[in-house]
Amino acid sequence: MTFRKYILLVIICLFAIGLQETSNPKEVDAFTNQIIQRGSVGDDVIELQARLQYIGYYKGKIDGVFGWGTYWALRNFQKDYGLTIDGLAGLKTRQKLVNVSKFDGKWVHTQIAKGNDFTYYGGTDLAKQTKPNRNAPKGNTAPQPKQQPNQNTQNTNNNNTNATNNTATNTNNANQNTANTTNNTAVNVPQGFSQNDINLMANAVYGEARGEPYEGQVAVAAVILNRVESPTFPNTVAGVIFEPRAFTAVADGQIWLTPNDKAREAVLDAINGWDPTGEAIYYFNPDTATSSWIWGRPQIKRIGKHIFCK
Amino acid sequence: MLRWITIIVLAIGVTGTAIWGYKEHQEKNAILIQAENTYQRAFHELTYNMDLMHDKIGTAIAMNSKERLSPQLAEIWRLTSDSLSNVGQLPLTLLPFNKTEEFLSKIGDFTYRTAIRDLKKDPLTDKELDTLKNLYTQAGNIKDELRQVQHTALENNLRWMDVQLALATEDTQADNTIIDGFKTVEKKVEGFAEGNIDSAISGTSSENHKYENVEGPKIDENEALNYSKDIFNIKATKDLRVTTTGDGADIPLYSVSYSDGKKNAYLDLTQQGGHPITLLVDRPVGEKQISLNEGYKIAEKYIQEHNFESMELLNSSQYENVGIYSFIYNQNGVRVFADAIEVKVALDNGDILGLTANNYFLNHHKREIPKPGLSTEQAKDFVNPNVAIQEDYLAVITNDLGEEVLTYEFLGILGDDTYRIFINAMDGTEEKVERLNGKEINYAGI
Repeated sequence: MTFRKYILLVIICLFAIGLQETSNPKEVDAFTNQIIQRGSVGDDVIELQARLQYIGYYKGKIDGVFGWGTYWALRNFQKDYGLTIDGLAGLKTRQKLVNVSKFDGKWVHTQIAKGNDFTYYGGTDLAKQTKPNRNAPKGNTAPQPKQQPNQNTQNTNNNNTNATNNTATNTNNANQNTANTTNNTAVNVPQGFSQNDINLMANAVYGEARGEPYEGQVAVAAVILNRVESPTFPNTVAGVIFEPRAFTAVADGQIWLTPNDKAREAVLDAINGWDPTGEAIYYFNPDTATSSWIWGRPQIKRIGKHIFCK
Repeated sequence: MLRWITIIVLAIGVTGTAIWGYKEHQEKNAILIQAENTYQRAFHELTYNMDLMHDKIGTAIAMNSKERLSPQLAEIWRLTSDSLSNVGQLPLTLLPFNKTEEFLSKIGDFTYRTAIRDLKKDPLTDKELDTLKNLYTQAGNIKDELRQVQHTALENNLRWMDVQLALATEDTQADNTIIDGFKTVEKKVEGFAEGNIDSAISGTSSENHKYENVEGPKIDENEALNYSKDIFNIKATKDLRVTTTGDGADIPLYSVSYSDGKKNAYLDLTQQGGHPITLLVDRPVGEKQISLNEGYKIAEKYIQEHNFESMELLNSSQYENVGIYSFIYNQNGVRVFADAIEVKVALDNGDILGLTANNYFLNHHKREIPKPGLSTEQAKDFVNPNVAIQEDYLAVITNDLGEEVLTYEFLGILGDDTYRIFINAMDGTEEKVERLNGKEINYAGI
């Protein structure tokens, strides 16, 4: 009796597995199984945008970043097809979308890789929807190897003396990351900031605090942002960083070392609202600080080698 | 004898000259760096101002009320004059860049004229609106080009001193990237005849005031350590370091840090009640395994476990393999923007990498929210009719005067852009208009 029960159980289990397989229809294969929500990046988003464009809902660029434009397109699609309007590409929405649209993944990815300006509307010849982007600066980026080599060697030298262990691991990271993201022609940035603002800040943070623990780097980035907001300092990131005599790394040129990913990440965190300093606008290294004025500021806390104050 | 004296005198002379030369060299370097920094500052400010101006023009298009539009136009006017002075500080004298300068002053003239006009009596005409839209596109083009130049300059550590030299010596092979970039900007222009720095969330108050919501009994260092142990997900408290804040802090905190070579963690806890203010975990994040959406579920569960109740997701973004989520407080269906929390989740295994609840503890308190004086439909009439409204909410935001006001929040589309518009729920004042971007061309990818 019990033996039979077991067999029955096994059969039920097998059946259930079979069911799952069939409830996952083959057409959805291209999409991975994730629910895609606003802010996502990657191949699934490229497919989502391309499919929405194919049936005329999405008119923006197919760039692999799920921004507001994609969000509205998806909601309108859900509305017209009687799906739950939540702006999420869940299983049902993806199935419906796959049923009513086509997606030539190879073609789309080739266009992106070539940096072409292209669209993917259904019912129109694909060849007519693409043209090379004259903005893709093949000629623009090429001709600087002249200045690069000696600066690079200089940088590596400096890195080696100052922060050996950091650089080794992080160049690895950087390589991996670029490999991951080359697919996309756009990236997420925090509201009101450009990648270049982030890079410039990363330069400053790396120059000032590369030997510090991670929170110490976030803290330096937060101080820069606190200064931008403060009425007694310039109102732009560049203004604050290049203010004469404000940062030692700027004065002695260390700001031009190549920052690592850690510094960039710290800057992103600071921009996204992390401020371990408690709204400090000054900091100093007690071992090297020569001005007695700075010691008189009300101190908030010490992180790593720096004391942060108001 | 005489020979020795001569040798010594000469030796002293040579050493003296060497020292003097070295000093001179150092001084020259210091001055070079300073000059370079001035150029760099002007350049980076120029690109930032152009970006900001583009954004402000875009926002102006979506505005409806004179009370908002006039200051906005004045702001754009200020930005044009700032940008012009930035251009003026760059060593571009030998480079034809006058078309761009003309373009800037054209925007300046236009915005100045419209800003000082009484827009209530004499609103923007359709033609002027078209001009504004044109300026928006053109400013967008220039911004993109400048950002491209900036990207290459940052990536390759290009120096403005080199630009100056190249321009001064009229190098025939002038293949200087900065010069090329500026020439492209200039060509683009030929073809056609104070920023938001609060956190990622708008409407949060940047005014300093006392922490509203820090309750509970005072905790001692041991309790802080035990709490951190759980939050860092480690076994023993002996590897932890704890420090306290000094006199300058707005609120007394314990700062706990941990480091084991691979992982590095930091936590700020209030001494009163032991609430977490800032959590930062630093470790290498591997290949992405879970989706942004799954990360959201994890983040949501995490903040519930830490007694933040009735929070809703405002925004989510994926950076590399990390998801960043912004939550705001929802009081009986009214979104309170000031009470914000941000959470960072690693998308390789779903670990929590960060939490910042500073705004939440600074602002959160029980609010008496009045009934709105206008209906949603009535409030919609105050929105620029060209904006296609997609979503609406009731929201409490902090306005320009630093007061909390009840508003209708409308999300709408105009052209290719999405706007968030806040209309006062009592009297229909246009409290705030924002253009939502949050993504950008990947300069490194093309």
